[in-house]
Amino acid sequence: MSVLSMQQVGITLGDRSVLDDISLHIEQGEFVSILGPSGAGKSTIFRLLTGALRHDRGTITCDGLPLDQSPHGFAFMPQRDALMPWRRILDNVTLGLEVRGMPRKVARAQVQPLLAEFGLSGFERHYPAQLSGGMRQRAALLRTIVQARPVQLLDEPFGALDALTRTQMQTWFEARWQAARWTTLLVTHDVREAVALSDRIYVLSPRPARVIAEIQVPDARPRLGRPASADAHALEAHLLDILLNRTGDQS
Amino acid sequence: MQHLVPRRPGGGLARGVPAVLSVVSTFVIWEIYVRLSGISPLVLPAPSRVLDQMVLNSAFLWDNTLPTVKATLAGFALSLTIAFALSIVLDFMPRIRRALFPIFVVSQTLPLVAIAPLVVLWFGFELTPKILLVALVTFFPMLVALVDGYESTDEEIQALLRSMGATRATVFRAARLPSAMPYFFAGLRISVTYAVVATIFAEYVGARAGLGIVILNAKNSFRPDLVLAAVVISSALTLILFALTALLQKLVLGWREAGGGQ
Repeated sequence: MSVLSMQQVGITLGDRSVLDDISLHIEQGEFVSILGPSGAGKSTIFRLLTGALRHDRGTITCDGLPLDQSPHGFAFMPQRDALMPWRRILDNVTLGLEVRGMPRKVARAQVQPLLAEFGLSGFERHYPAQLSGGMRQRAALLRTIVQARPVQLLDEPFGALDALTRTQMQTWFEARWQAARWTTLLVTHDVREAVALSDRIYVLSPRPARVIAEIQVPDARPRLGRPASADAHALEAHLLDILLNRTGDQS
Repeated sequence: MQHLVPRRPGGGLARGVPAVLSVVSTFVIWEIYVRLSGISPLVLPAPSRVLDQMVLNSAFLWDNTLPTVKATLAGFALSLTIAFALSIVLDFMPRIRRALFPIFVVSQTLPLVAIAPLVVLWFGFELTPKILLVALVTFFPMLVALVDGYESTDEEIQALLRSMGATRATVFRAARLPSAMPYFFAGLRISVTYAVVATIFAEYVGARAGLGIVILNAKNSFRPDLVLAAVVISSALTLILFALTALLQKLVLGWREAGGGQ
């Protein structure tokens, strides 16, 4: 059974149809990307999943249950890191656990062993403003992961970083993901990132968004930290072509 | 949004030197002018004379400073409590905010000269009218600062909290309240400078004791030196309150000072 499944989901905000027909699914341990042009409604999908919006049409199920009966199936990492500037890094990372009612001490103890893995040991007591962009992003990711939800929702997590840091972070992330196999749904408009990290990629049309392509990425991992394969290059070119021309698939 | 609220100017002895120099030189010039011109102390007393009178009348001044301090602190505490409680109510109930906000704005347009005698008329010469007037004057800047501060909260942080399953109350406690603190302290600094002045004005209109009464009586008996002595004390009180808010801000907003490293 799919961890997450969306069937013919649509939503209209005001008089604008934002999502027209979205059908997708994610299996346990799978890395799935949603690739689409800016403003296509990628983030709207996340707003549906996190309960900030309600869909008008179609069904969303999480572990076979309708979304409203399994309300906290997702851990969300927003576009910017959204770290609270007044909380130390450790307290930012434990935020999701505290919101769920876990005592601060217990939450801290649970997070402590993961800090090193995320390159944050020694920085627990720092405030976010004292950290580099890459470290802040790792802290935001750790805050997402420790919630131990069935699906991780990552909204362009590396989009705000400079090119060099982004490449470092993607390589680091791939290694972490390979070790842990978090079930992940990534939203991005970066074709290379989608090809490098995903098992499968859904391509969205511009607004109102429909799924116009579903593509498997068969390349062996790890894919980063070495020259991209010819297959990967071909796939990137194919995806760019779809995004730029939307050939054939437009009704 | 934090850049909208200026950081507290940093300490450091060197930064205080120009301020001290300008204040000291003002008094020196004043002193020299009074001595050279031979102007009557009934018109313009020299700083040295004001100081002498403060020493001579120290017991009398002290007895009249205490009621002023008491009224200021009580009024300010009342105002702070109401502003905080009300800001929370307004944040949770936007409808009430829209209904009540115009009233608060109007409350700030009332001239103190007209309101103070009425409040004294209604509540007598004791502590109550002073507390009410201080509260009336100081409450609005703090309330507006808090309400604006809540609104300044990063939308992404709130969306994140809601995705974690946070209730409205949790979002308020974890995100909106801390986001409002820099704004609150900006409002607090403004309020605190009004507080002492408002008390003295209320006393001036009607009281049994207090710095306002000292000023009133000294003026009526042609003693500008005593008027100025009371002015010095009232300035000192305001400065002390100001320093206390700065200290409190340093404790609460320590994270802002820590920022920007690396």
